[in-house]
Amino acid sequence: MIPVVLPHYLVVSAALFSLGLAGVIIRRNALVIFMSLELMLNAANLALAAFSRYNGSLHGHVLVFFIITVAAAEVAVGLAIIVALFRRRKSVNVDELTSMRL
Amino acid sequence: MHDQLFWFFSIAMLLSGLLVILSRNPVNSAMFLVVAMCFMAGLFVLLEAHFLAIIQILVYAGAVMVLFLFVIMFLDLKAERRRRFRILTFGGGIIVAAAFMVKVHDVVEDMPLVAAKGVAGTTEAVGRLLFTRYLLPFEVASLLLLVAVVGVVLLSKRDLK
Repeated sequence: MIPVVLPHYLVVSAALFSLGLAGVIIRRNALVIFMSLELMLNAANLALAAFSRYNGSLHGHVLVFFIITVAAAEVAVGLAIIVALFRRRKSVNVDELTSMRL
Repeated sequence: MHDQLFWFFSIAMLLSGLLVILSRNPVNSAMFLVVAMCFMAGLFVLLEAHFLAIIQILVYAGAVMVLFLFVIMFLDLKAERRRRFRILTFGGGIIVAAAFMVKVHDVVEDMPLVAAKGVAGTTEAVGRLLFTRYLLPFEVASLLLLVAVVGVVLLSKRDLK
């Protein structure tokens, strides 16, 4: 069996990213779309950590740290928006949330 | 040992990622997402990113997923289970994902195979970098979190004006 090197990690990362992408397209529930977005962010994190490891520097790790911070902020705001939408419309199905009016 | 663990973590992570997008019940999706995050932390350990592995468990599998589960319980989502996937969106999702994979494969194919260099991402090493070279982005990140907190408080008021 060939030893595991950088391309293996990148392919796993890309596979996880495409899973998230497919989830965003396929699912209609806003919460599950959000979870798929988290999957995509994690795929990017994995690619950055792998690049960092095979490049001999720690700058990728710092970038992953910032991505996790921004993702946490994004999740908090996004979920608050979903809760506010649900209060008003009684639905989180993105097919039914088509008008700009609240 | 490293290789076997890599295959185990990757396949388990991708399987739970698949179950995240295929589960009908959002609670199941969230639980599989927690599992995927834990396997991702395992991959971080294999990449010698120990600090990131801990952060992944603490922030993602801990804080973010608790928030998700809280909102799922808060919203009563019973209608979701009756809905079916539509064939057109399903096919579209598969096609876009497959096209992306083909593109990445093209890039990865002729990539030089270099050996891993021995830099361990310990808390000390990452922290040193974070508080010297990346001090300004670090402070901006804290400001971003503050803005997020204020925004969330405003959004969760009863009467949104």
